Amino acid sequence: MASPVKVEHINPFISATLETFKSMMRTTITPGKIILVKGAHLSYDISGIIGLSGGAKGTVTLSFPKITALKTVSEFIGEKVVTMDDTVKDAIGELANIVAGAAKKDLTQYKISISLPTVIIGENHEVQGGKECIPLAVPFSSPLGNFNLIVSFKSEG
Amino acid sequence: MKILLVDDSSTMRRIQKNTLEKIGHTDVTEAEDGVDAIKKLAAGGFELVLMDWNMPNMTGIEALKKIKADPATKDIPVIMVTSESEKTRIMEAIQSGAANYVVKPFQPETLAEKISSIKK
Repeated sequence: MASPVKVEHINPFISATLETFKSMMRTTITPGKIILVKGAHLSYDISGIIGLSGGAKGTVTLSFPKITALKTVSEFIGEKVVTMDDTVKDAIGELANIVAGAAKKDLTQYKISISLPTVIIGENHEVQGGKECIPLAVPFSSPLGNFNLIVSFKSEG
Repeated sequence: MKILLVDDSSTMRRIQKNTLEKIGHTDVTEAEDGVDAIKKLAAGGFELVLMDWNMPNMTGIEALKKIKADPATKDIPVIMVTSESEKTRIMEAIQSGAANYVVKPFQPETLAEKISSIKK
């Protein structure tokens, strides 16, 4: 039976998200209460997804409503962005990549490899987890708007 | 200073290019993966390479090893700019000939400092 992601496995991703926004956007974000994705019906307009493999399998996803994505990307690249174009798609994928990469340094025992980013754009899409593990979502609030970090993480063995 | 900027993310290329321009480096050529980088380096004249790690077609570490194995390019300093944050990865890059290493996320000042240290 699938079990939820362990707290010790999600904390590095929370720290990495905080660090990424602080360093690259000079923005302080605040994590909210962790929730189970299953049954929560969380919907978004754009999601950046990184696959994890090696000693642990799973995904790391950053999901944004359109308005938050536009403000976040504008801050990230230092130029105002007003449409959901290829720049936004690339930037959201890169943000997910940076978060996954930064979290790896606190999960070295799993020798994790990260995939190249996949980005989904579509109004009100939902992000589901795999069968092996119940993903958790961390809602973040920020001056740029609210967004979610979704982590699915299952260690091998 | 003629710089080759290698990253599969156009966003990261734009961010790094903006940082380079702010510190006076305007002669910047972009490459979107290791294969593209090796091809562009063949034109000659480059004095610095900023290299991502995770890229399609040829990764940054593969490209770094090729650059260091080629007599024509082995003396060009390569700074890895990557989200690969583990010490083992950093050691692998340094042992493969990287001149320095910048972990994403980074503040623009950090990248500027690493580039300045290469110039000295």
